[in-house]
Amino acid sequence: MVYFYFIICINSHFHHALYFHIGETEKKCFIEEIPDETMVIGKYRTQLWDKQTSSFLPSTPGLGMHVEIKDPDTKIILSRQYGSDGRFTFTSHTPGEHQICLHSNSTKMALFAGGKLRVHLDIQVGEHTNNYPEIAAKDKLTELQLRVRQLLDQVEQIQKEQNYQRYREERFRMTSESTNQRVLWWSIAQTLILIITGIWQMKHLKSFFEAKKLV
Amino acid sequence: MSGFALSLFLSLLCGWVLGSELTFELPDNAKQCFYEDITIGTKCTLEFQVVTGGHYDVDCRLEDPDGNTLYKEMKKQYDSFTFTASKNGTYKFCFSNEFSTFTHKTVYFDFQVGDDPPLFPNENRVTALTQMESACVSIHEALKSVIDYQTHFRLREAQGRSRAEDLNTRVAFWSIGEAIILLVVSISQVVLLRSFFSDKKTTTTRVVS
Repeated sequence: MVYFYFIICINSHFHHALYFHIGETEKKCFIEEIPDETMVIGKYRTQLWDKQTSSFLPSTPGLGMHVEIKDPDTKIILSRQYGSDGRFTFTSHTPGEHQICLHSNSTKMALFAGGKLRVHLDIQVGEHTNNYPEIAAKDKLTELQLRVRQLLDQVEQIQKEQNYQRYREERFRMTSESTNQRVLWWSIAQTLILIITGIWQMKHLKSFFEAKKLV
Repeated sequence: MSGFALSLFLSLLCGWVLGSELTFELPDNAKQCFYEDITIGTKCTLEFQVVTGGHYDVDCRLEDPDGNTLYKEMKKQYDSFTFTASKNGTYKFCFSNEFSTFTHKTVYFDFQVGDDPPLFPNENRVTALTQMESACVSIHEALKSVIDYQTHFRLREAQGRSRAEDLNTRVAFWSIGEAIILLVVSISQVVLLRSFFSDKKTTTTRVVS
């Protein structure tokens, strides 16, 4: 009975993740703006819509999901095919917006009309990726030590985020200063162009009318 | 481990319902829905913010398993909604950008369901926490709110920065465009004037002769 309960619980644990529907060749992208040296773990589970039973099948062997992760410089850092259930991990080396894209590459869905795919997704970032019971068992920590370890990890994440904030603020400041410079030069240049074209127009017309013997 | 202790441990495991925090792009005229299975009595919070795009607004709608609308707002920039699940089932929340014709938006949402998982699932949870442990718990909660504020600050900063970058590119294009328009207009003014006087000259000569 206990084992039965255990299995139900393990299944229902992942059942509790958020899910959404995706079309056949649709690509769904998620953005994670993270500081550098931050670990991201993503877990997904897919379920295919079965027309006969009008419900989602519990698991679909042979269905693949392609996961593509791009760093802030739009360079691909991970591009792999996973099965219908998958787990992907990456650590950021540059701070910024990372893009996690998922799409199904299965053509089998064409056989099931109205190809709808249910994707359960869970993305954890930074200190949420740490599995504390595992760490406690590995390093043999008491409860207090484990709590302090969790606090240390949180504070480290806050520090990284603050550093990243400083870097972002610098970029923002550079953009604002560049806009300021551009507006300054543009207004000077516009005034000069106006004056020069005005003078040119008057000179040209004057010489034109003199040639036409009207002045 | 006794059967009771094991089942208690497993029930604590089942109490693990984590929060989901995602940022996704919502194309124009599109609607994106997310679903979550929630058990009765769980306190949940949905928080969303539009990060980039247009007037930074989006329609949001939250429905319970029977289809009753628990929360519906049109063209909101950011909001936070807390509710307690009154029934078991699949709750659905949707973000819609259907009112927009060409701007696609980036939306951030944070859907917290229940409490955080227990750090150290063990049987002697019934004993009171020591002073050190309760101090650790309060520091943990405070740090969680610091991280939450940091996230909100980051989103606001991202909004401001994207506006500033847009402004920068617009100023560049506009200044070049203005300069070109100025030159074109001034030259065509002169050409047009010349053409008026050239025509008049030929007509007057014809009339005279």
